[in-house]
Amino acid sequence: MTAPEQKKLKISGPVVITANRLADGAVVYRLADGSWSVDITGAAVTRTADEASKWLAAAATDGNVAVGAYVAPVTHDDQGRAGPGNLRERIRATGPTVDLPTIRHN
Amino acid sequence: MYRQDEFDQTFLAERVAEFRDQVGRRLAGALTEDEFRPLRLMNGVYLQLHAYMLRVGIPYGTLSSAQMRVLAHIARRYDRGYGHFTTRQNIQYNWIKLEEMPDVLADLSLVGLHGIQTSGNCVRNVTTDQWAGVALDEIEDPRLWGEIIRQHTTLHPEFSFLPRKFKIAITAAPHDRAAIAVHDIGLRLYRNDAGETGFEVMVGGGLGRTPFLAKTIKPFLHKRDILSYIEAVLRVYNQFGRRDNIYKARIKILVHDLGAEAFAKEVEAEWQPIKDGSLALDPVAVADIASRFIYPDYEKLENNPPELTAAKARDRAFAIWYENSVAAHKVPGYSIVTISLKPVGIPPGDATAEQMDIVADLADRYGFGEIRVGHEQNLVLPHIAQRDLLAVWEVLNKAELATPNVNLASDIIACPGLDYCSLANARSIPVALELTKRFRDMERTRGLGRLHINISGCINACGHHHVGHIGLLGVEKNGEEFYQITLAGRADEKAQLGQLLGPAVAYDKIADTIEQIVSVYVDLRERDDEIFIDTVQRVGIDAFKERIYATH
Repeated sequence: MTAPEQKKLKISGPVVITANRLADGAVVYRLADGSWSVDITGAAVTRTADEASKWLAAAATDGNVAVGAYVAPVTHDDQGRAGPGNLRERIRATGPTVDLPTIRHN
Repeated sequence: MYRQDEFDQTFLAERVAEFRDQVGRRLAGALTEDEFRPLRLMNGVYLQLHAYMLRVGIPYGTLSSAQMRVLAHIARRYDRGYGHFTTRQNIQYNWIKLEEMPDVLADLSLVGLHGIQTSGNCVRNVTTDQWAGVALDEIEDPRLWGEIIRQHTTLHPEFSFLPRKFKIAITAAPHDRAAIAVHDIGLRLYRNDAGETGFEVMVGGGLGRTPFLAKTIKPFLHKRDILSYIEAVLRVYNQFGRRDNIYKARIKILVHDLGAEAFAKEVEAEWQPIKDGSLALDPVAVADIASRFIYPDYEKLENNPPELTAAKARDRAFAIWYENSVAAHKVPGYSIVTISLKPVGIPPGDATAEQMDIVADLADRYGFGEIRVGHEQNLVLPHIAQRDLLAVWEVLNKAELATPNVNLASDIIACPGLDYCSLANARSIPVALELTKRFRDMERTRGLGRLHINISGCINACGHHHVGHIGLLGVEKNGEEFYQITLAGRADEKAQLGQLLGPAVAYDKIADTIEQIVSVYVDLRERDDEIFIDTVQRVGIDAFKERIYATH
């Protein structure tokens, strides 16, 4: 049986490493210096599976800061800014696509 | 209401202290996530898309006003001002910080609430009829048995690591409001031909990836035997249930693979040696638990008091709400009020802290301090004097809690879906919101009659799509959201699973398609009072299929 971390990572475009922050669960992204930020735009982006695997392995050792790290697809614009690459990641980055019930009642 | 004893309170205080220590060690790095995850899940703490989610159990859907106020306080102090009532009669908070979780559990414990066994492979919250104890058609209050089962299965060492989660539902009325046929164990309390009351025991129901309706394995079980028999069922499941494949681990798969008859034989063999042992219920112990349920001191009142008749004649909006949301109570002069948590534009089951407080205040002022949560994600005030209905409605109406859509097309059951849930493939809430908007014309929606639309954002089926009159299952195809449609499911005493209508429909077409289905129903129904499910049963699903897909 192959352990999940030994599976060959397949990617087909720019990706980042994302996780949830341990203390409050907030969505965080891994920066080039190995720290974590809630802002996706500055996340370190790679297009190679080898680099993504290496970053993921490094992120996994950071489990007391960020939990459940994984590789997520992103968009990557001319200025080098990352953005969410699919609907799930868009929702993680910007919150539910519907108004919270408190908006109407406040 | 059930009054907890000192044992419950001491236990909860100890449990909060234990969890506080565990969270402290996790935050300090002394526990890894792999070590901590099972500990947090045992307290109902999940990690979802955006944040930690806390699920708080509401035993058999009964809350006191004091408990509801604490739920409001949690929403306000630790979350973003709201909570989400679920199809398992529980409440979930979506935005609680792990570092504050021990304080949340401490606050909840002061009113006897917690998240224990709201996650994990154990016996979950025992659910029942939200009208338990007050329904005109029930033979007795099923919550007594829910409480007895709750006490026995809470922290039961043998059943804390079952192959998979385990859900028990009980009804004591011929009209099943607890969806017992889609539970791991469904219990129907009834009176047999000899005049004795006991349980029909059904096992192996469930939705999810592989939906099954429960099968009856014991047509009549004496009440004294309920714990020993459940113990026998759980032992057979614990021994033979599959642990090698999470998708085949629920008891429904075991019952299906063995066959109900063979499964029943295994249970019988396990049960006979224990049935007259320590689990045989002692009437004194049962009476003691029963005595802890406090029933209202009802006044002697007449049905249909003049002030109610006058209010209905005077105020059409009140009369419409009364017709839709107020049900007959077993005590003359009282009514059961359902509070719709499905106004246009609000996610099904969501309530703000202010609304929770308003409901608690109404319960105190007019309803003996009691509130219920139904699996349809609405609330209930179970004992409102009919003379007070107008006053209750006026308060509810101002708080957007009186949409007269109970059991109608806009009373949608929906899971949190991809807007919150890490398991989801597609969104549920925006689809529900669009449909409530389409069905906002209450004149038209009332004319459609009873119509249950249930939406799940993934195959795990938390939105009970298999048993919706119209069921929607969100799937993802090449990065886009699509919805499979099933028709003719139902969760009541005539429970059946919906049939697939045809190919999945894209997100931006789904509301139009539902409207088309409803138009076809209106065309095909024989009479105005033939409800949707009956029309589909009569004409068959193909009549819908032809008309819906002809236009695609």
